[in-house]
Amino acid sequence: MRERTTSLKIVVAVLVGGLAFAILLQTRDKADDDFSNVRSDELVELLKSLDAANQRLSRQITDLTKTRDSLLDSNKRTEAATDAARERADALAILAGTVPVVGPGITISIGDPIGGVDAAVLLDAIEELRNSGAETIVINGTARVVGRTYVVDGDDGIRVDGRVVKAPYVIEAIGDPGTLKEGSRIRGGLVDTVEKRGATVRIVESQRITVTALADSKAPEYARADS
Amino acid sequence: MIPIVGLVVGVALGLWFQPDVPESLRPYLPIAIIAALDAVVGALRALGERRFDDRVFVVSFTSNVLIAAFMVFLGDQLGVGSQLSTGVVVVLGIRIFANAAAIRRRIFHA
Repeated sequence: MRERTTSLKIVVAVLVGGLAFAILLQTRDKADDDFSNVRSDELVELLKSLDAANQRLSRQITDLTKTRDSLLDSNKRTEAATDAARERADALAILAGTVPVVGPGITISIGDPIGGVDAAVLLDAIEELRNSGAETIVINGTARVVGRTYVVDGDDGIRVDGRVVKAPYVIEAIGDPGTLKEGSRIRGGLVDTVEKRGATVRIVESQRITVTALADSKAPEYARADS
Repeated sequence: MIPIVGLVVGVALGLWFQPDVPESLRPYLPIAIIAALDAVVGALRALGERRFDDRVFVVSFTSNVLIAAFMVFLGDQLGVGSQLSTGVVVVLGIRIFANAAAIRRRIFHA
């Protein structure tokens, strides 16, 4: 009888120990987060909610992709517009003489030993170079000729935009060298006129002429863009 | 005395080995634990009333665990696993509370 009680007590101890062991096991097992002890209907619910979330996120992805695409598109268009505007600004700056330029062209040197060259001759020369397609003209390396340029006879020489230029005159013109040269040489043209006044003309073609002289840029006082 | 040694050994083993629950036992272990707790609390009450019997404890503990596990198994087979588990937990919980209340009354007379 005594022995049986002891063995029963051991069984009780084993059971209690087993319970403690199982509780530890279970609480520890709960800690790692997996779905192996979730029931199937709970899993179905979970799956459904995940599905809904998935769909929502897919919609969001589509929306955001669309937004991104449109932003990229407008960005590209802005870039193109910026490029066009920059090109236009460059062209206008060259035209207005506010930037240094470089390019092929000709150099016309006019030696004037007897002072026969006056403002009219110089103006004619400029006009003829323009007719031949000169894009930039500069006289004596200092007077940049632009749309607003004026040429007058002064007491101390010819004034171009207020700057005094003196003989020998060196006119640099950027454009197609061949055309410019031909244009200067036509009968009754620049060379003829200048030589009639007792001056000498030398024309040199060049593949690279650098013009650093700038015209004074002045905002128009009366004219306004009408657009 | 020996049961306390068993308790300590069980806790020590659990902390020492830290094993994972076997896959086949996973659905049954939580319910089995509740059932076993019911048996233990009942045993504590019996101890307090000085009518504790090893044999009764062993039989009630074992049968509680087995029946609880069987009910979960049956519920899963019938497709009402979660409801039946809830029911078992509720019933066992009520029993645990009733026993705890009896112990409380005996100790505190309240």
